[in-house]
Amino acid sequence: MIDIQHSVLIVLIISLVTIILRIGPAWIFPPDKPTPDILVYLSKVMPPAVIGMLIIYCFRNIDFTQYPFGISEILSGIVTITSFLITKSTILSILFGTILYMFMIQVVF
Amino acid sequence: MKNLIDKTALQKAFITSIPTLTGYIIMGIAFGLLLSDIGYNFIWAGLMGLFIYGGTMQFVAVDLLANQVTLLSAALITFLIHSRHIFYSISMIDKYKDYGIYRPYLFFALTDETYALVNLPIDSEIDKVKYDLYLSILNQIYWITGDIIGALIGSFSLFNTEGVDFTMTALFIVIFLEQLQTKSNIFPAVIGLSVSCLCLVIFGPENFLLPTMVSIVITLLIFRKRIEKTL
Repeated sequence: MIDIQHSVLIVLIISLVTIILRIGPAWIFPPDKPTPDILVYLSKVMPPAVIGMLIIYCFRNIDFTQYPFGISEILSGIVTITSFLITKSTILSILFGTILYMFMIQVVF
Repeated sequence: MKNLIDKTALQKAFITSIPTLTGYIIMGIAFGLLLSDIGYNFIWAGLMGLFIYGGTMQFVAVDLLANQVTLLSAALITFLIHSRHIFYSISMIDKYKDYGIYRPYLFFALTDETYALVNLPIDSEIDKVKYDLYLSILNQIYWITGDIIGALIGSFSLFNTEGVDFTMTALFIVIFLEQLQTKSNIFPAVIGLSVSCLCLVIFGPENFLLPTMVSIVITLLIFRKRIEKTL
């Protein structure tokens, strides 16, 4: 069962923080005043670090000590990377990777 | 609300938005499928597209909903994932300063893609305010449409969706590869990967996100001097 009330609150808080982060700077930092260095620094270096973390997050439940050792995840990941390097297309790479993954866990394992 | 429709600007905005049209609808569908997979219908998908309006965050939100995390975790995770928007918004303050009542929405609508598109040069005859507004609205319409379509497809269970959650992994991998093409991103990316692996070992898969994000921020601050040289 879904806890509707808590779910609404989660979506609400995510929306609120998002809106504050996107609209807030325009009010807090007027065009003629410099923005705190540390904020500018973090907003530049956080994206690659956070995405790196999210990749690990997606793979967090793989058990390398037990069959099938995350073979589906690793193979599909490699296919995604290779597709991107060859086609440079975000959509195609995601499509190939996902189709292979779905095939692996539905049909092979 | 006089002259709200400016045909030339709308046409031009539509043409510019075509790449996001396909991208947002397909990614939106993937998100909608995931969300309906954990039991939330198209209304949830549509509202999340309207109020959160961010691909990465909405994919993570699916996990946050599935695990029914605390509101504090949800707030902190959102803050860290969307921290880049501080940078986007700051860099648009000057450009959007005379945009009147449209300003709040235009700042809200600054996704990665929209940010890139409104910064492309256009002909000077075109009404820039309307053009940016249409472009922002069109992109969000594509995204919400995809979200809803995905959730509807998911609710009809037309096919076995098991494994469709890999779209999220693949999306992050592709974004990561794109970021690595900018040299100054490499060191922060390595920090993100290595600190996360370490934290996964220490904290385990259940309570992973929050302590990892805090550790990453601390590590980035420790290496600030070194990283800033490469920026």
